[in-house]
Amino acid sequence: MSQRTPVNKTRHTAKDERCFDIVIYSVAAVIMLIVLYPLLFVVSASFSDPAKVLGGEVWLLPKGVTLDAYINILQNDKIWTGYGNSILYTAVGTTINILMTLLAAYPLSRPDLPLRKGLMLIVTLTMFFSGGLIPTYLLVKDLGMVDTMWALIIPGAVSTYNLIVMRTYFQSSIPWELQEAAHIDGCSNWRLLISIILPLSKPILAVMVLFYAVGHWNSFFNALIYIRREEMYPLQLVLREILLISQSDAVDGSVGLEDKVLLAESIKYAVIIVSSLPVLIMYPFVQRHFVKGVMIGSIKG
Amino acid sequence: MNNMEAPPGANLPPSRPNRGSRLLVQMAKRYDLYLMLLLPIAWYLIFHYGPLYGLQIAFKNFNPAKGIFGSEWVGFEHFTRFFDSYYFWRLLRNTLTINLISLLLAFPIPIMLALLVNEIRSKAYSKWLQNITYIPHFISVVVIVGILTVMLSVNGPLNMLIQTFGGDPVRFMESASWFKTIFIGSNIWQNMGWQSIIYIAALSGINPQLYEAAKIDGASRMRRIWHVSLPGIVPVIVILLILDVGQFMNIGFEKILLMQNNLNLEASDVISTFVYTTGILKGEYSYTAAIGLFNSVINLTLLLLVNRFARKTSETSLW
Repeated sequence: MSQRTPVNKTRHTAKDERCFDIVIYSVAAVIMLIVLYPLLFVVSASFSDPAKVLGGEVWLLPKGVTLDAYINILQNDKIWTGYGNSILYTAVGTTINILMTLLAAYPLSRPDLPLRKGLMLIVTLTMFFSGGLIPTYLLVKDLGMVDTMWALIIPGAVSTYNLIVMRTYFQSSIPWELQEAAHIDGCSNWRLLISIILPLSKPILAVMVLFYAVGHWNSFFNALIYIRREEMYPLQLVLREILLISQSDAVDGSVGLEDKVLLAESIKYAVIIVSSLPVLIMYPFVQRHFVKGVMIGSIKG
Repeated sequence: MNNMEAPPGANLPPSRPNRGSRLLVQMAKRYDLYLMLLLPIAWYLIFHYGPLYGLQIAFKNFNPAKGIFGSEWVGFEHFTRFFDSYYFWRLLRNTLTINLISLLLAFPIPIMLALLVNEIRSKAYSKWLQNITYIPHFISVVVIVGILTVMLSVNGPLNMLIQTFGGDPVRFMESASWFKTIFIGSNIWQNMGWQSIIYIAALSGINPQLYEAAKIDGASRMRRIWHVSLPGIVPVIVILLILDVGQFMNIGFEKILLMQNNLNLEASDVISTFVYTTGILKGEYSYTAAIGLFNSVINLTLLLLVNRFARKTSETSLW
């Protein structure tokens, strides 16, 4: 790996630097290709004639362009119900997440809160030890949440990591003197939170909304264990059925190139696109905020 | 410093234990802060500490009719049953190898990527590299496994490539021997960009004068990376390593579950998926709660060991 420093410095360093740059830029290009290729392939395949996709003719650009798969999805009720459910769960879930995280993060950010260390310990300990899947499942079941949307929302109402990120932001970005001054003017803690802290915290709130919303949109496991009624399935569970379960059926049975198989195959690509669309459309606009969130989190380490 | 009224002041000395009444006064003054905390703390107690209470069923024969408290104790019966079972070693081996290889391969790659980004002089090019490598992080596990199945299917692009070079198509997703490679490889593909963010941030915090000095001393770029960049981010690396080890036994559980099928079970059966299939699907709650506890204890032990080791050797640790 290590490159020797040439003895004759002035002459060779310039050339060395050039070579080094070329290597760096090519490696970066290869990495970008590796990351993008599967995504581009899926996009192309979703617009292609399924027979050509199955025949292995599609490499990069669509072959035999058709919108059949998308039209098929438009008519698929399951996918639309899933979409609707996911939007609902994401909206309600994220609202509760933000409220709960805010209500925990703000008081815990106050240097004058008695017993703050102890309360913080209650919170951080949970990052390192948990009761595990089974006791949590039994608890949610005992609380009567199975087959309700609350099973997907309440057990994950606060992410300890996000709480710590938000608390760090309050401590480092909002001057304590400002809060003190407000107190002297007779401002209560609730009003302080609502009319001073919140307006100053828009960037971190945006980050939190994004973190939580993407988490809800992409999660499937809680729904897998807590939701039995199909009409309540979030999109990811519907996807799992279309992408993964139907596939193993096809492997078990004899794989013929029947219309049904073809159709099932072509839907897969389109469904991947349709389901990832909300997040990917948002991505260019919010990407900066996400990165900021990770950075704030890393201040605390 | 004029706090005659209820609102709290900043510089109050921390109350000493023997002045309990003073503490109470301080708390009463800020009762509304506790009001805010009421819901979240109650939630933590119920949903994080509640399951810890429920964990006692690992030492009991849980009977739904009698409840967690009423079921009778059986001591370590479930644990011995697990240790004596024929699948114990398979589960432990798979769990440990998958995570150990992940740690060895997937952990250094984001660091290398960050070093690479740091070496690119063109701002635009490095932004492209970063933004593209972040994308997969936002794709759901279900979709990732879906993409894997289509990319690696018998008719998929990879098998087409193999066939063009005269090879025989491989059933990647249904093969036990390929499972770990696919799992870890796709994890790297999905997460390297996102995980590199923290390192990139740390790298940008290194004093540029260090690079200048190294340059004047005739250090090549490779040497500058090795002697300036890398040492500059060691504390961050150590912290992230400890955090990773803290999740050691749970990495990628959802993805493993989605990738699992009868044909690759030999390589893909890990403790956490076993807890799911046997506990939730078959209802053996006590038995799998015990297995889950075993998993958590190993995890915590590893975390404590690594943290201690890190504190001794590099003076960086979580606490």
